[in-house]
Order: sequence, then C-alpha cells, then structure tokens
Amino acid sequence: MAQRTPRMSNLHITRRIKYQNELDLGFGKVMTSIPGAEDLLRCIQCGTCSSTCPLSIYMDHTPRKIIAMTRAGFKDEVLSSATIWLCASCYSCTVDCPKKIKITDVMYALKRKAIEEKVWPRGLPIPVLAKEFFASVLRTGRANEGRTVAKVWLKTRPLKLLANMGLGLRLMARGRMSMKSERMTGSVDQLRKILDSVHNSDTGHSPG
Amino acid sequence: MKYLYYPGCSLKGSGRSYEESLLASFKKLGVEMHELPDWNCCGATAYMAVDEMKAFALAARNLALAERYGDGEPVTLVAPCNACYLALMKVQKYMAEYDEVGRTISDALASADLSYRGGVRVRQSLDVLLNDVGLDLLAEKINHPLGQWKVACYYGCQAVRPFAPFDDEYNPMSMDHLMRSIGAEPVDWPLKARCCGGTLTGTIPTVGLRLSYIILREAIDRGANVVATACPLCQFNLECYQSQMGREYGEDLDMPIVYYSQLLGQALGIDDRSLGLQRHFVPLTAAAAVG
Repeated sequence: MAQRTPRMSNLHITRRIKYQNELDLGFGKVMTSIPGAEDLLRCIQCGTCSSTCPLSIYMDHTPRKIIAMTRAGFKDEVLSSATIWLCASCYSCTVDCPKKIKITDVMYALKRKAIEEKVWPRGLPIPVLAKEFFASVLRTGRANEGRTVAKVWLKTRPLKLLANMGLGLRLMARGRMSMKSERMTGSVDQLRKILDSVHNSDTGHSPG
Repeated sequence: MKYLYYPGCSLKGSGRSYEESLLASFKKLGVEMHELPDWNCCGATAYMAVDEMKAFALAARNLALAERYGDGEPVTLVAPCNACYLALMKVQKYMAEYDEVGRTISDALASADLSYRGGVRVRQSLDVLLNDVGLDLLAEKINHPLGQWKVACYYGCQAVRPFAPFDDEYNPMSMDHLMRSIGAEPVDWPLKARCCGGTLTGTIPTVGLRLSYIILREAIDRGANVVATACPLCQFNLECYQSQMGREYGEDLDMPIVYYSQLLGQALGIDDRSLGLQRHFVPLTAAAAVG
C-alpha cells in the first residue's frame, strides 16, 4: 500500500504511485502461466472489456485496469479488489477482446488466487458457497442448489436465511426445491477417485 | 433421431419444468432422448472459482461416460442448461488446447478406469430443435398456435458465449425462429444474451437484482407479455426475485417467465401440467396476454 505521510493539520498527503520495489513483479508471470490467461501480456489496453462488461459500473477497478495492474505486479490491489467477485462469467469481454484474451478465465484465476491467499472481501459469501457446493458434490455427485444456498446463508448471514424462508417454502411447495438430495445412480466413489487424482497431481494452479 | 441427454442438477431441482416440458416436447416430435446413466454435476460456475482442474474433471467424467455409452458410434450429448452446456464444451476444448489440462484430466479419468478421446458432440437443445428437428417438421406438428404471446426471447449468456457454434454471440435468432414457428410473435429487443446477474442475486443482491431488473424492464418496454428463457438460472432470477425487484424499484411486476420448451409444448397440444406450468410463481395466463 502507498504510504501516508504524517498528518499536517488538515492536509492529507498521500503518495499516489508505487515504487518498483513495492510491487510483486512475479505476480504477472504467475498469472500468465494459467491456462486461458497466457495472453495477458498481449493486452493493448483498449478498454473494450470495460465498456462491454455489464458489471463494470459497480467495479472499483475496471477489467482493463485489472489487467494492467496484474501484469505490473499490483498483487495486493488486484486480489483485494471487488472487481474479480463482481464478474458473473457472461464472457462478453472474452468474445469482444480484439487480442482474443480470455478475460473471464483471468477473472477466475484471480478469484482462485484470492481464495488461496485468503484476501477475499469480508462478508462475501462466494468462497463459502463454493466450499458448500463442493461438499454436496463429494457427498452425492450432484449439487442441491437449495440446500447449498440455505447452508451458506446459515453460516454467513443467518438473517438472510430467515428473510428467504418464504421463497424456499414456496419453491418446495411447487416441487422445485428439496432438502433431500438427488444422487448419482452409481457409486460416488469413482467420482471421488477422479477428484483425488487431480488433487494429487500438483498443477500449481489450484489451492488444494 | 436419437440423443443422449445430460440434465444437470438444476433440471432436477428448481428447473424441473424445463426438463418436463423439453422431454414431453421432444417425445411429441418423435425425438428420442436417453438420460446419460450415472451422470454427475458439471462443475459449473461456482466451482471454477475454487479449483479449475477439479471443475474440469467433474465435467470430463460425463463426457467419458457418454463416449463409452456410444461404444464407438458418434455421440451427441444434449445439455439444455446453459451452464452445463458451457462447462462440458469448455473442458472438451481445453483438454485439446492445453497439454496440461489434457494430461491431468486424462490421468484422473484413468485412475477410475475411464478415458476420453474427444468423441462427443455437446449441443444445446435449441440447436437440436432448430437444426435437426427443423422448422418444417415443427410447422407440421404444431396444432395449437399461440398467437396471443409476444415473446421476449431471452437466451442468457452461456448458450452463445464464449462458444457460439449455432448462433450469434449477441443477437441469437434460433429461439426467435422457434417462437415464430409456433405462432407467437418474438419482440425485437437488444438484451437477448445480456447477463441476468447469475449467482450475484444471491451473493451481492443489490447488484444481481439490478441486472435482472434491467432485462425485465426492457422486455416490458418492448411490449413483451412473456419472457422465454433457455437457462434455469436466468429463469430463476427473473421469476423468483421478481417480487423483490418490484419492492426495490417500486413497481408492480407480474411478467410470466417460462422456458421456450413450455410454449413449444403448449403449441404441440401438451397439457399444462405435463409442462410443469403449475410450478411457476407468475402464472402463464391469458390475462397476462391482454395486459
């Protein structure tokens, strides 16, 4: 983080640039080694991604800026940015990028890195959602949306669970949600074996 | 015509009426759909964010099962859910494009005595309806044309992006043609493949609701009296959060949000219950057609 100079009466003076030795110069290299993110270095900073992104109006750094910051080594700023969590995977940037950079994949890679480094914004339930989702898949081979979401809210925002009880009950009454999970017809063991094998082949791209 | 069918988790849950109406319609059209035995979750969006390789492995097991099912014959796997469709397409492409993905996933499959050699063609159900069944056969089979509906055809993102093998990335037309063939009138609107907010409605609700509302508002402004979707998450967001959107933006919203397959099924003379229409919150009634 840029350093704040000592307070002089009401004048707050903050250094607006970072010196090279404050950057993580290897960060860009790490990110470009990930499948789909290898073309990051070809970005021409045209801003097409930022203009086509339906979420950029909510972002603290636009996608264009995230790419520039990533390859320049602004690791902390990028990983703690709300931008990567606002990406809803609509792939508009990916299909519009004139340099054919798979920007949605870059956003996924940054999300994984942020989870790995435990720097996601506080209160954001996405990592908990992903964990519960995985637990459900490991148990039955399939995802139970309603049950997973209910568990996430219970763990992160119990009040929200209460607020959405009505919706849950209405869905259940219409046969669109059940606490009983659908299961694979065969044994889940085969699936677990496959996931274990991925886990053990250390690709360097997954937090484990 | 005979296909393997990959329902995915949503079509057994909140999107149950998508499966009901699609299978009933295909049956009426003489198309055989066989559910892929022992399929598992596709890995979809939520999981990509935690562990990409494991997400790929989940999707790849389904492709391996489908290939084995084909027993040497070419196999087409139909995935009606956009997220499943994308996840299956993506692992297929990345296994071929990236050595590391191909190697890791092949090894993982091998550990469970499975293999995948790239012999499965993954397709969205709209693609099959338009390009295999075809508009001519549809015109022949339609016996209850639905002239009362002005339909906003809402494809969502992942049916056409980033891979668009059967339609345009921003202005897809297959559902529009389908709706015309059943006598309904597709409205001209620019948000056919714009993001509904996806899982943001649950994780960052203020943002997610706004994105869904933008879709709904535009559909209303363009004169639609029903929105037809191709994705269970789009359908869920636009319908199940509609009352919340109404409160948030101070409007009375009562737009029916259905699957294209439910309208198709009605036009084929299938009863509402078999199409799962009773499962929806905003009923698809003639009253809506007048307003």
